[in-house]
Order: sequence, then C-alpha cells, then structure tokens
Amino acid sequence: MSEDLNTTPLDALHRELGARMVPFAGYAMPVQYPQGVLGEHLHTRDKAGLFDVSHMGQATLAGPDAIAVMERLCPGDLQGLKPGRQRYSLLTTPEGTILDDFMIARIGEQELFLVVNAACKDADFAHIAASLPAGTTLTRHEDRALLALQGPMAAEVFARMAPASAAMKFMDIADLDVAGFGRVRATRSGYTGEDGFEISVPGDQAQAFARALLAQPEVAPIGLGARDSLRLEAGLPLYGNDIDTTTTPIEAGLTFAINKRRKMAWDFAGGAVMRDQLDQGTTRLRVGILPEGRAPARAGTEIQLPDGTPIGTITSGGFGPSLNAPLAMGYVARAHSADGTAIHLIVRGKPLPARIVPMPFVPHRYAR
Amino acid sequence: MTETRFTKDHEWVRLDGDVAVVGITAHAADALGDVVFVELPEPGREVAAGEACAVVESVKAASDVYAPLAGRITETNAALIDNPGTVNAEPAGEGWFFKMALAGRTEFDALMDDAAYTQFVAEA
Repeated sequence: MSEDLNTTPLDALHRELGARMVPFAGYAMPVQYPQGVLGEHLHTRDKAGLFDVSHMGQATLAGPDAIAVMERLCPGDLQGLKPGRQRYSLLTTPEGTILDDFMIARIGEQELFLVVNAACKDADFAHIAASLPAGTTLTRHEDRALLALQGPMAAEVFARMAPASAAMKFMDIADLDVAGFGRVRATRSGYTGEDGFEISVPGDQAQAFARALLAQPEVAPIGLGARDSLRLEAGLPLYGNDIDTTTTPIEAGLTFAINKRRKMAWDFAGGAVMRDQLDQGTTRLRVGILPEGRAPARAGTEIQLPDGTPIGTITSGGFGPSLNAPLAMGYVARAHSADGTAIHLIVRGKPLPARIVPMPFVPHRYAR
Repeated sequence: MTETRFTKDHEWVRLDGDVAVVGITAHAADALGDVVFVELPEPGREVAAGEACAVVESVKAASDVYAPLAGRITETNAALIDNPGTVNAEPAGEGWFFKMALAGRTEFDALMDDAAYTQFVAEA
C-alpha cells in the first residue's frame, strides 16, 4: 500500500483485529475483518457493528451568519432546524448539481456541526470558507475520530456507556457524558438503514473508546465492504457513484432534502434549476433495480428496455446479503422509471432480465 | 495418480488420467472474499490457454476465471450455482469449477508445482 496514505486514529487497532486495509479517499481503511463482508453485513443487521468513519470531515461553523451562509449553499431549512437536531443536506452548484451530501446539525443558535464525505472534505470546507463574512468561522476537527455503531442492538450497547443516549431519537444530536471519556458528541443516525449512532471522540481517546465498544458481546468490527452493501440495501446514495456534479437532487430522488420553506424563495445555489426540474420533470431518475437470478450487475452496466433501447446506467450494484440476492441502483429515462418496469441489464454482453423496484430494498429501522 | 499444477492467475489444475479439473486456489478465494455468484462455461466449449471462461463474484467485485490450458470443457460443477460459498469453504475440493480435456500434456508440465506456486504467492 502506498506510503503517503493518511491513517485514522484506529489504524493500529484495525491491523491488530486482522483487517484487510485498502486505500480509500486518501486513507488506509479496513475493507473487511477476518469475519468477511457477508458475515459483517449480517452481524450489523442482527446485532451491532462498529465502523471507523474517521476519514470523514467534521467541522463546526459558528457565528452570527452561520445559518445564513449555509442556507445559500444548501437547500436545507436551517433556520427551522432546532438545536439538538440534525438533517441530511446537499452542497449544490449554481447549476443545481451536487457537490456533496452531508449531515448538518444545530448545536446552538449560532453554531452548526457538519459531517461531510472524506473524498470531498477539502473542497467542501474551502467552498464554505470562501463564503464566510467576518465574525463567522469554520473550524475543522481533524483531531477527532468518528465511530459509527449501527444495528438493532446499538442503542442497548451505547446506553451502557452513555445512559443519556437512550432518550435520543433519530437525527438527534447531543454531547453525552461517558464514564472514563468525558463528553462525546453523538448523533442518532448512520448509513446502514439501521438504528444507531455516529460518535465523535477526540482522536487520542478513539482507540480506547472503540475497544470499550468492541468489548460488548453484541459488537463486531465492520469494514467498508459491508458498509457499502448495507447502504445499498438501504437505498442510500454514495457520493461519487450515485450522485455527483452531473446529477441534481431531483434526478437523484433527494427532493426531500429541499425543505418546504426553501421552496418558497429557492434562494440557494442551483435553486432556480431545481425549481424548473420540479415543475417540468427531469429527463432521468435514480431508481432501484432488482435483477432476476443470481448474477450481480455492477456500476457502469448499461440498462436497456427488453427491445434493446438503451435507457440508462447502473451507478451502484452488487449483492445484498440480507436480501440474499443481487441488487442495484441507477439512472433511467423518466418515461421508463415506474416501479415494476421490465428492463435488461447488459452483463458481460448478455441481457440479464431485471425490474425497477422501490427503495429501500431492506426496510429502514430508525428510532423515530 | 493425480498431479496438481498452478497458474499465475491463481487457478489450480489437477490432472487425473486424461481429465483436468480446474478451480481457484485458497489464496485467490481468500482474496476475493465471500463468493456469492459463479458463472460457468458451456460444456463442449473449446478454450485457449488464458481465455476467460468463468466468472466468480464476491459481494464487492467480479473476477474472471481463465482456462489454465488449451482444451475442451467437458463438465462444470453445477453445485456452485446454488452454493457459491463452497468456493470459499473448499477451494481445492468441492469448490472446483470445471473439467477439461487438455489439448496437450506438455503445457501442463510447464505450469508451477506446489512449491513454485507457494513461492509465487509469497513474492507477490
């Protein structure tokens, strides 16, 4: 592996646990542990999985203009976001396409906490910093690790360490007292479709914190391989695969991220484009795809109608261990995007019958 | 008396009389991870050495399996279709992919033996 990769504060622990490390977004990251992707995926859906997502970008935006600045850059209603609450949002271009998807939480009246994708974090934070007036500051938290604890037993496990976490609902954020660790910042959210938490801890405490979680009998370490199959089953887009600067939130089926209040003035980057697309419809839409048979269809696979007419491309595809079947998502022409539409996926030159289906493939189990 | 040889593409070939049985090595199966899908060649197909003729897919990725030698596919392991995980569980045994009638014996002898393959993996 290349020597110039960044490492997370859990690097030594991953290696001790027998992880297979791969380069991802400039970091050496565990793609799987000895249990394997299949077992790790099923363990997360059954009990609780611990993911190192310290490569993601964490930052605080604070000051009198924090809300106003972010509302120009994303379609989220941040004025209406209550302190202690988080929402999913998008950084958008003036053309209405997506620079990144990210989590934004309200800490106080004038303070926001952001978690953005690893591969986009430098560009995202530069983009935000370029819009800041005097008195409002963006502070990156590169000294903090981020751990995700996901699965139906995550809440029970985390409550042993942080009893106050039990009162949190889906998309709440709170600074919690954890015996032996002081305060940690947790959100009740994740990227698996399961209940769970993302926990921000100081980097120098991260390994001890992870070990304390792994010492719980329900918890196993989970790598990026299972993280990808879990999010795919949950129907969640992956930035760089399913959404990017060539796709808009409307095409991507992320219209829910354009909050109601913002649809009055459309006064955010790309707002006019999105308004027109909502009025007139887009030419393509992101859809779920269920291949018949057992063969997975990977990203880049051409999608055709049964008569051979090309209608789109798969952007993420693989095998869903909980679904016990192949699954995919991709973009198709809007005229052929209805659930149940019969399609062909061109895999190794041969048409593979498939259907367009609603997402998620596996129901979400959030603690609403 | 059977003899086993190995390719640089991490396949094994076990020659039993005139029949060559082909599978992927434990090293390859481990590197792939959990196998979830296998596509096998049609019996009767003539293949050249190095020709992609089967596919093995893990949760994350697809890989080709190559004909280790020239010849004709005579039989495939249909049990892998329903139980692809056998490739991980018994890569050198029940996880075999296909059988071939070899075009010639000389090429078989030129493949790596066990010691040479072990060294090849260690140096990779």
